[in-house]
Amino acid sequence: MTDKLDQKEMKVIVFQLMDMEYAINVDIVQSIERVLSITRVPKTPAYVKGVINLRGIVTPIVDLRERFGLVSTEMDDHTRIIIVTLEDYEVGLIVDAANDVLDIPLDSIEPQPEVVGSIESDFVSGVAKVGKHLLVMLNLDTVLEPVKRVTADEY
Amino acid sequence: MDTDQYLEMFIEESKEHLQSCNEHLLELEKNPQDLGIVNEIFRSAHTLKGMSATMGYEDIADLTHMMENVLDAIRNSRIRVTTEILDVVFQAVDYLEEMVIDIASGGTGKKDVRELVESLNAIETGKNAIISAVAETAVTSVLAEENGTVEPLLYDGYEMTVITQSAEQGFNAFEITVQLRDDCLLKAARVFMVFEILEKSGEIVKSEPKVEQLENEEFDDMFTVALITKEDASILKTKVMKVSEIETVTVMPITIHNQSKENEVEAAQNTGTVTTILDEAEAKKDPTEQKDKKNTGAHSGNKTIRVNIDRLDILMNLFEELVIDRGRLQSIATDIQNPELTETVERITRISGDLQTIILNMRMIPIETVFNRFPKMVRQLARDLDKKIALEIIGAETELDRTVIDEIGDPLVHLIRNALDHGIESPAERIAKGKPEEGTVTLRAYHSGNHVFIELEDDGAGVNRQRVLAKAIKSGIVSEEMAETMTDRQVAELILASGFSTAEKISDVSGRGVGLDVVKNTIESLGGYITIESKEGQGSLFQVQLPLTLSIISVMLVELESEVFAIPLTSIIETAIIKTSEIMSAHNQKVIDFRGNIIPLVNLSEIFEMPGTADVSDGHQSVVIVRKGDKLAGLVVDSFIGQQEIVLKSLGNYLQSVFAISGATILGNGQVALIIDCNALIK
Repeated sequence: MTDKLDQKEMKVIVFQLMDMEYAINVDIVQSIERVLSITRVPKTPAYVKGVINLRGIVTPIVDLRERFGLVSTEMDDHTRIIIVTLEDYEVGLIVDAANDVLDIPLDSIEPQPEVVGSIESDFVSGVAKVGKHLLVMLNLDTVLEPVKRVTADEY
Repeated sequence: MDTDQYLEMFIEESKEHLQSCNEHLLELEKNPQDLGIVNEIFRSAHTLKGMSATMGYEDIADLTHMMENVLDAIRNSRIRVTTEILDVVFQAVDYLEEMVIDIASGGTGKKDVRELVESLNAIETGKNAIISAVAETAVTSVLAEENGTVEPLLYDGYEMTVITQSAEQGFNAFEITVQLRDDCLLKAARVFMVFEILEKSGEIVKSEPKVEQLENEEFDDMFTVALITKEDASILKTKVMKVSEIETVTVMPITIHNQSKENEVEAAQNTGTVTTILDEAEAKKDPTEQKDKKNTGAHSGNKTIRVNIDRLDILMNLFEELVIDRGRLQSIATDIQNPELTETVERITRISGDLQTIILNMRMIPIETVFNRFPKMVRQLARDLDKKIALEIIGAETELDRTVIDEIGDPLVHLIRNALDHGIESPAERIAKGKPEEGTVTLRAYHSGNHVFIELEDDGAGVNRQRVLAKAIKSGIVSEEMAETMTDRQVAELILASGFSTAEKISDVSGRGVGLDVVKNTIESLGGYITIESKEGQGSLFQVQLPLTLSIISVMLVELESEVFAIPLTSIIETAIIKTSEIMSAHNQKVIDFRGNIIPLVNLSEIFEMPGTADVSDGHQSVVIVRKGDKLAGLVVDSFIGQQEIVLKSLGNYLQSVFAISGATILGNGQVALIIDCNALIK
């Protein structure tokens, strides 16, 4: 029974960046945090905001706005950090707001249209239409590709 | 009896006892006269025997029993310690280890021990009374007391008074020595029964060993009780004999001549040497030995419990959350300015600081636990190979995280075997080369930066460039052209390549060329490196560098603008405050004169792309002088915060190898501080 449901629907966390809504599978989300004090890590790409102490684990933080090349803004009360667990690491994503948990039918997800905003198409795995909302499904494996050998040979 | 629930405990404890046997046997080989060591081994073997008999592992019990007999003969000076005897005993310990391992992996722990039992038996029965030189000394007579010769107990002043007074009132004072049967399983229970009988008949003044030790079965088959009673000796004896599993009972009236020894005993007891009552004569004769014994006495008194490492991890993480909240509390207290609140928060801070130290230390274990099996291995291999080799161990106290310790053992075994087999030459060859006959292998461990280094150095033949290259070309690892241009170090490192073995004949000792590449792979999978330095004819140095996946290191916390960075103390030579005017320029590189050396200055603010650019220096600069090998550099910082012990944390797999940052740590206030990798800053 549950198997059938799982096949038909998918639970996602919906969050906001600028005026767009995005969704990621709830299974990989570990927690949603308010903004904690971030320690800057030098010599990393601009979208890596630094690291935080997440209950004893040093967790890197990525600003999704900068990752997508959007205009960055000051953090405010709505700003949230979504902690996601990928294969062998955890990363926190800074989003403007985390809105909702939704069940979306799998058949409502369509492959991405040719042009979706300004986001690089590699990052998008599909678009889901839920009511009047349009949710951009993110492909986190490419969004959060490990940062390697950051300018290590510069010096 | 259902023993499954005790199995794990049995295995762990057996391993510990076997390890202790090994260590003490090696010690005994060096000091064959020291019967105190024999006692230690005896104790371990005895406990092992008891445990294995209870658990139903008869082969282990049989073997330990025979071992015990031999040890008993040694400490009674019936047998002299010789290498041959030790070989057999070592072999027995090996067998026992194998059996315990077999049990641990689900086996039955059965093994054919007949041959070994026979040879042990032969040693024991071949006791043609070779009295060793020690026999005359006081040690033996004291030790003999434990062994079964009935020796009078020693009493302190109070006990003495009680005995004399009761004698005046017409009571009899007896020393009752009870010998339990060898196969007695429930020793503590028998002791209890004997005590119960005696307490009904009179008053127990003293017992040897002490009551607690008796209850914990920390004694051999014999104990002595001093009793004040109105009953006479033969009645007491019959009563006690009614308890089952008792071999003999001796009842002796207490004599007053004991008093002469009273003072010495008191002295001995005050120093805490409970296990062996030292004669004063011996104490004077050899104060260092007494100290040793005191140490071992204290050691065996340590109580431990086993805790799953996962639980420690959870504890650690929970504690770190607590630290964050503590930080918040502190800032709230500062805001509210309520004296009571402030005081409480201060207390919490202090207590949690202590707690932190304890939790961190719990996870660390000295590398000794890996190293301590090597002396025996080297001894055995050296004998097998017919070489003379001394193993020197330095830095065994270096603490490592448990996870690394578990993994590092096998690679080290491979390396040591390799050094012994291929490195150290045979005694004849060594003499021909003008080297001392005995080869030296040094095993060294130390912390440096955020790494642990384990080095294995031998003064053997070193790597033969020609032979290695010829072999490598033959097995297709390198081409001839490449071989020409390779440096000596590169050539040396070829021996780590897979499918490589230069030994002309395959030996049992160090494999078939599958060894060293496995070592390399294991170490690399731990995130470490292995390098080889070798001088032909002079020896080789294998250096294993391992990251401290989680380890406590001492750092200097420094401030750069508002950010806090940690510099490992091991890299720091010293800190200095210099005048801006002392900074000189050489080829666009700022340098300073540091004690006669020109060293480059590294401006951390620039390298770490600090957002602020304001140069607020008031004519002075704070500089941390760091080193990499013998090269120095000065790191310019804004201010020093102080020294602190921190837990090293990785930045995770998302941020792989950030420049000049080797990791991060969580400060007391819950903030993350980055740890500077000085090695990357010095070219």
